[in-house]
Amino acid sequence: MTLGTFIIVSVIKIVIALFVLLTGVAYTVWLERKLVGRIQNRWGPTRVGPFGLLQPLADGAKFLFKEDITPPHVYKPLYIAAPMIAMMFAVTSMAVIPIGGWVTVAGVHTPLQITDVNIGLLIILGITSIGVYGIALAGWASNSKYSLLGGLRATAQMISYEVALGLSLVGVLILSGTFSLRGIVDAQAGTWWGWLPKWNFFQGQFVAFFIYLMAAFAETNRVPFDLPEAETELVAGYHTEYSAMKFAMFFMAEYANMFTVACLASLLFLGGWHGPLFGPTWLQEILPVFWFALRVFAFIFLYIWIRGTLPRFRYDQLMKFGWKVLLPLAVANLVITGLVVALRA
Amino acid sequence: MLHLILFSVFAVIAVAGALNLLIQRHPISSALSLIVVMGSLAVEYLLLGAEFVAAIQIIIYAGAIMVLFVFVIMLLNAGAEERTNGSKVALILGFPAMLAGGLLVAWVLLRAPNMGSVNIGAMYGPPKAIGWLLFHDFLLPFEVTSVLVLIAIIGAVVLASPVRSRFSRPQPEEGHQALQAAAAAEPAPHQETVTARRSN
Repeated sequence: MTLGTFIIVSVIKIVIALFVLLTGVAYTVWLERKLVGRIQNRWGPTRVGPFGLLQPLADGAKFLFKEDITPPHVYKPLYIAAPMIAMMFAVTSMAVIPIGGWVTVAGVHTPLQITDVNIGLLIILGITSIGVYGIALAGWASNSKYSLLGGLRATAQMISYEVALGLSLVGVLILSGTFSLRGIVDAQAGTWWGWLPKWNFFQGQFVAFFIYLMAAFAETNRVPFDLPEAETELVAGYHTEYSAMKFAMFFMAEYANMFTVACLASLLFLGGWHGPLFGPTWLQEILPVFWFALRVFAFIFLYIWIRGTLPRFRYDQLMKFGWKVLLPLAVANLVITGLVVALRA
Repeated sequence: MLHLILFSVFAVIAVAGALNLLIQRHPISSALSLIVVMGSLAVEYLLLGAEFVAAIQIIIYAGAIMVLFVFVIMLLNAGAEERTNGSKVALILGFPAMLAGGLLVAWVLLRAPNMGSVNIGAMYGPPKAIGWLLFHDFLLPFEVTSVLVLIAIIGAVVLASPVRSRFSRPQPEEGHQALQAAAAAEPAPHQETVTARRSN
């Protein structure tokens, strides 16, 4: 592949990935309003378009035309930069996430991924750990007590749960022996006895999977761990002082982060895009993407379901749970996985 | 060529970030400058070919340690530092001494016989090689370091342990009263700092 084709292919892939991600984010908001509505015995959005399907467009137009208020008491440079930081890092992590196998389009053989790097997982961990600054700085730069408390809670919560999250991934890394996300998915190909897929979940990483799931809820500030924006006590937490598009950027960043952790869970624990393949060649190239999208959708559904079901934790319960339950469990899982792999070798 | 450009750009950013760290008056701005320095250092590691070290630099330094720094600054609600005129001795002796020291180091480094240049990608460090070095070749130093870190953690726990601890506070009642007094006096200083920040 020459440099010219490389650049063209990369740009096309980036544009498509960004478009799909942002559309997905917009329609996840619609899905959430719809599902939570049904869970609470309401209809959710119904007026704009069939089933309220055009609601995200209406919301977007509303955000664009609303007055963008900058309160006089904020520290301006960081107040403006914070939503940009949050949004930028939330979107960036998509760069290393693979969504399928290899395809050949117009004579160019390319993976369904913007770039495949051999430290893909570490890059995602690094980007998410830097993404905290968006929320922390928003809380601080707003110069109001609710925002500051929200920012502090978000920082403490994310640092605490990042430890458990990282440790839960180590078991997967031991089993697959690579940091490349594509390599990790390739290591999960095939089945036992013809029906049980060799996903990491079935290879004994189910404890790690549940640790990852709970830590991921905390990392993305979702119910039951949405204390940084607990509206009953902190007004709206770290984005209390934000309005119009700046608020929308935090909103989009949260949903983009949901997508990242959902993709990561599918890739690391549930076999990525592996699934039954059938039909003609073109269908066999498309099907993996479909299986992958199905898993991601299932995760997003679970997110919303849990939001509609569980109440919010208290803050001390959150910290206790993270440090005294999840962390020891993750360490135990790591030790046992290491022992099993060492004995098998 | 591209590598050289990237190296120069990020070297300049790192130095500029370090200077900004000293110039800025507000602790948060200084902490953010330090994050910029960490990030550009990570890019330099990446240019050398040490992708694992670069990723760890970002995750640990920029993503964990600096988050804690920012957290503490936010928690203490530290205001901008006050400028003083500084001492004349530092001005007269300090800057020439710093200049002389820098020149001396540069001269020694340039004169040293074994100082070659490092090629792009010369420090090739995939995760496997670094893991082998850490857990095989340098296992003992690694374990000793981890014990050192453990001692630091235990020290922190002992220092910060609650009042009922037998080691840090011999008279629990007194400590309890002090805590209650602190809790009662808490709202006042918080409001004070908020108004102080608003004024500047």
